[in-house]
Amino acid sequence: MYAFEYHRPASVAEAVRLLREKPEAKLLAGGHTLIPTLKQRLAQPSDLVDLGGIAELRGIREEGGALVIGAATPHGEVETSDLVRRTIPALAHLAGEIGDPQVRNRGTIGGSIANNDPAADWPAAVLGLGATVRTDRREIAADDFFTGMFETALEADEIVTAVVFPRPRRAAYAKFPNPASRYAMVGVFVAETDGGVRVAVTGAAPCVFRLTALERALAANFAPEAVDGVTVDASELNSDIHASADYRAHLVKVMAKRAIASALG
Amino acid sequence: MKFGIGQPVGRLEDRRFVTGRGRFLDDLRIDGALHLAVVRSPVAHARIRSVDVTAAEAVEGVVAVVTAERMDPEGRMHIPCLVPLKNRDGSRRADPPRPVLARDRVRHAGEAVAFVVAESRAAAEAAAEAVAVDWEELPAVVDPARADAAAVTLHEAAPRNVAFDWHFGDEAAVAEAFARAAHVTRLELVNNRVVPCAMEPRACLAHPEEGTGRLVVWVPSQGVWLHRQLLARLLGLPEARIRVRTPDVGGGFGMKIFVYPEYVMVAWAAHTLGRPVRWTAGRGESFLADTHGRGHVTVAELAFDADARMLAYRVRVRADMGAYLSNYAPFIPTLAALKVLTGVYRIPAVSYGVLGVFTNTQPVDAYRGAGRPESIYALERLVDVAARELGLPPEELRRRNMIAPEEMPYRTAAGETYDSGEFVRLMEACMTRADWAGAAARREEARRRGRLRGIGMAYYIEATMGDAEERARVRFLEDGTVEVAVGTQSTGQGHETAYAQILAERLGVPPERVRVVQGDTDVMEEGGGTGGSRSLTAEGTALLEAAARVIEKGRLAAAHHFEAAVDDVVFADGVFRVRGTDREIALLELARLVASWRERPAGLESGLDADAEITLSAYSYPNGCHIAEVEVDPETGTVDLVRYTVVDDFGVVLNPLLVAGQVHGGIAQGVGQALLEHAVFDPDWGQLLTGSFADYALPRADRLPFVDFSYIEIPCRHNPLGVKGCGEAGSIGAPPAVVNAVMDALAPLGIRHLDMPLTPARVRAAVAAAGG
Ligand SMILES: Cc1cc2nc3c(=O)[nH]c(=O)nc-3n(C[C@H](O)[C@H](O)[C@H](O)COP(=O)(O)OP(=O)(O)OC[C@H]3O[C@@H](n4cnc5c(N)ncnc54)[C@H](O)[C@@H]3O)c2cc1C
Repeated sequence: MYAFEYHRPASVAEAVRLLREKPEAKLLAGGHTLIPTLKQRLAQPSDLVDLGGIAELRGIREEGGALVIGAATPHGEVETSDLVRRTIPALAHLAGEIGDPQVRNRGTIGGSIANNDPAADWPAAVLGLGATVRTDRREIAADDFFTGMFETALEADEIVTAVVFPRPRRAAYAKFPNPASRYAMVGVFVAETDGGVRVAVTGAAPCVFRLTALERALAANFAPEAVDGVTVDASELNSDIHASADYRAHLVKVMAKRAIASALG
Repeated sequence: MKFGIGQPVGRLEDRRFVTGRGRFLDDLRIDGALHLAVVRSPVAHARIRSVDVTAAEAVEGVVAVVTAERMDPEGRMHIPCLVPLKNRDGSRRADPPRPVLARDRVRHAGEAVAFVVAESRAAAEAAAEAVAVDWEELPAVVDPARADAAAVTLHEAAPRNVAFDWHFGDEAAVAEAFARAAHVTRLELVNNRVVPCAMEPRACLAHPEEGTGRLVVWVPSQGVWLHRQLLARLLGLPEARIRVRTPDVGGGFGMKIFVYPEYVMVAWAAHTLGRPVRWTAGRGESFLADTHGRGHVTVAELAFDADARMLAYRVRVRADMGAYLSNYAPFIPTLAALKVLTGVYRIPAVSYGVLGVFTNTQPVDAYRGAGRPESIYALERLVDVAARELGLPPEELRRRNMIAPEEMPYRTAAGETYDSGEFVRLMEACMTRADWAGAAARREEARRRGRLRGIGMAYYIEATMGDAEERARVRFLEDGTVEVAVGTQSTGQGHETAYAQILAERLGVPPERVRVVQGDTDVMEEGGGTGGSRSLTAEGTALLEAAARVIEKGRLAAAHHFEAAVDDVVFADGVFRVRGTDREIALLELARLVASWRERPAGLESGLDADAEITLSAYSYPNGCHIAEVEVDPETGTVDLVRYTVVDDFGVVLNPLLVAGQVHGGIAQGVGQALLEHAVFDPDWGQLLTGSFADYALPRADRLPFVDFSYIEIPCRHNPLGVKGCGEAGSIGAPPAVVNAVMDALAPLGIRHLDMPLTPARVRAAVAAAGG
């Protein structure tokens, strides 16, 4: 690890100010991605701005029928929240499938989506539900937020403050974990929302994506069989020591079916 | 007796461990210690054109930047391989040098080329990063199956990359048996290469000893003596100038037996600089610099007569040695594996050939089971495949060929003499507990849920002893403590409890009075260390002997004290009594009394303290039956282990709790090898692709079922306690049991064999190819 200055601001405004003053600064949330990166000397920020002291970033609440999850809320809190279980149980389920209890007690939704790991779970829910990412300066639609592998629409000094999830009619997430890391080798989030059916796939490609062919098929018939007629193009998918692109393409269909079945209850 | 032999006594060391008061190497605090960081090769095979340390030396806080030129100008510091092995033509195995620091060539990614010693870890790491090496990359040899045909060779001293070409057995007799066989089963299989992954990484701390000026080297070992011997040899110091110590150790699995380059660097730096120096591996370094295990490519053939009786066994192995021969590497696939080559079966003739090959990968050496898991895996897979080919139930084929109790002692074609064992009885006991008969109904029920269920068994036998010699020393301290120094080294097994149990029972002293001392060359001059499941068989025997001497001395002392004849003094329940009188004295009281005597009678010069040195006459042969039941999800390829039953014969069981712990852990590691673990290298460049837990899959508790463990005690005849080693058994029996179960599940699809690990991807690919 290289040396850095540590800051613990009490407000978002102060955090933004620090980021502007120190161009080489980085935000620190749960630290579950950032700290290993620092330990391996793969990053050398001049300053770390810890979001842990900012009360307004943490917590879950309802807002006009939508569910708002503060960026610094750890996964474990989402997993066990009564409010989440009552309103969008698929989110509680997804949060409970992340890592292990230690990971869920530290890792945050904001850190997860800002990092946009191709195998992370949260991006599937954010895209699959058509959520809105709220930052210190604007609101970004999920469809515009995830721009590429480890890339988002966030500006260098922009802070995610919350994610706003509209309530779907039904939704579910099915994850096939990587046997080693237990991140998603393939994760499929399906949702029937007021705006239509949405299907988001994580783990399979360099960036979370919508499976529009399946969305169309499900709009006509929201049932597991709808998957059968859909082809998943393996040429766009990842291949690595754990799974070939063909296997991933196959898993996308299997997990999609399972997600649909579970959304149907 | 509540604490005696056979009692499930809770582990005495656990209070220390679970309250965070264990003292592992990185917990040791020493003022002014310098930190050592290693400069490792990022490439698997390269010539070193130059090493530039200028920038590294300029880093603030750096004390020394050391290259091979500086540490060892004459090129003499080589870590030796200690196993003499003859090739089949009578010549000696290749013996290429293994330098502490690479000089002009690196042969695996992670090999050390230089090291930095600095005032802080941060400075050491920064400087290590600043060492500039100019590499000329060479093609890498990665696949052991083709290493001897590779265009490049790693070592001049090993043409065709062959470390050794070894053979045991009677090839002609085997060929003759195959020629007249009614049936031959042949199987090609891979015993996947794995990384040991001890919870505590390797580390080292060395410092000059105050007063004596000796070099003290702390290392998390499985026995301090090998380290003293080799460090003395490499540093050019007399052994008496080096004291090696081992604190609590967080797992070893064989991997912590060996002397590694980093220990030599740390010891050399502390000796040369005259200051304390320390190094603790990060997890990434553990993957790159610890020895790996297994790594066999095998062809096995078994010949049967018309009654399905085994006639002969032919096995050819290519064993991956990695880039250099680690301390015991050549022993593992050859002589160690040979011991149980024929398993529990009557096989009259064997031919076993092993080609040890060099590859541009980490050195491979002993890993829990060390050669025996490889042998048992090949044989138990082969037996299952043969049963299917012969149309016999797998248990029937085994039953027909198992050595019967009446045949004991039985000399195998591999040259071992099994002393005891009731294999059919244990197999049947295990089948009953596993409800083998009900498996068909469970399979049918699973089929209705869209799952493929299968059941599989494996019968393993082990050969445990390691070093035949062991020592123990019992001392009665002034405060009433019975201190017992041992030559073994616990790496978490619970030796403190086991040894206290033996002494408590034999001497009739309260167990909490017994203190086990280990891991210090000053306390014990020699010892065999822990490895090969030897601790209880060897050290247990030494403790019995030491206890017997204490009692003999006690009778002498009691006779003297009571002015009675020695023959009239009897010892029972911790008390010496003079027969036919009411005169008696407890052992601890007597020890104190004798210590206070100004003049002691002959034979009692050292009070009741006693030393013992024993030599075991032969190995012990733990054995048992593992039955695994799995459900395969044909859509995804996921294998769920849903039921696990094991019945072991560990001879006399000293402590069922400790034994269960060993069995559970061994099974977890065996299941890991069968389903998850795999050291994968880039096929062209030799990089370890599974260099972290994000890619190297270890078994986790939530995917393991409850293990139904029980045992049948058939005493070993080769040691006075009647015990058989239990430490490695689980990791030997589990892989074939689990793979046999998965193959049983997949049999309806016509799938004959898949290699470990049975990952979802691999299983799904096979199911898809079979049209599922
Ligand atoms: C062992 C382990 C297992 C895991 N398993 C899973 C899994 O199964 N599934 C899964 O999805 N994830 C998994 N994770 C990831 C983990 O759950 C976290 O979500 C992830 O590490 C990032 O969140 P964090 O809060 O730790 O962010 P940090 O590591 O603190 O930060 C990550 C990045 O995001 C930036 N950042 C953080 N917060 C904000 C913000 N509010 N606004 C803008 N930028 C921000 C940081 O600057 C940094 O660049 C695992 C992690 C570990 C260590």
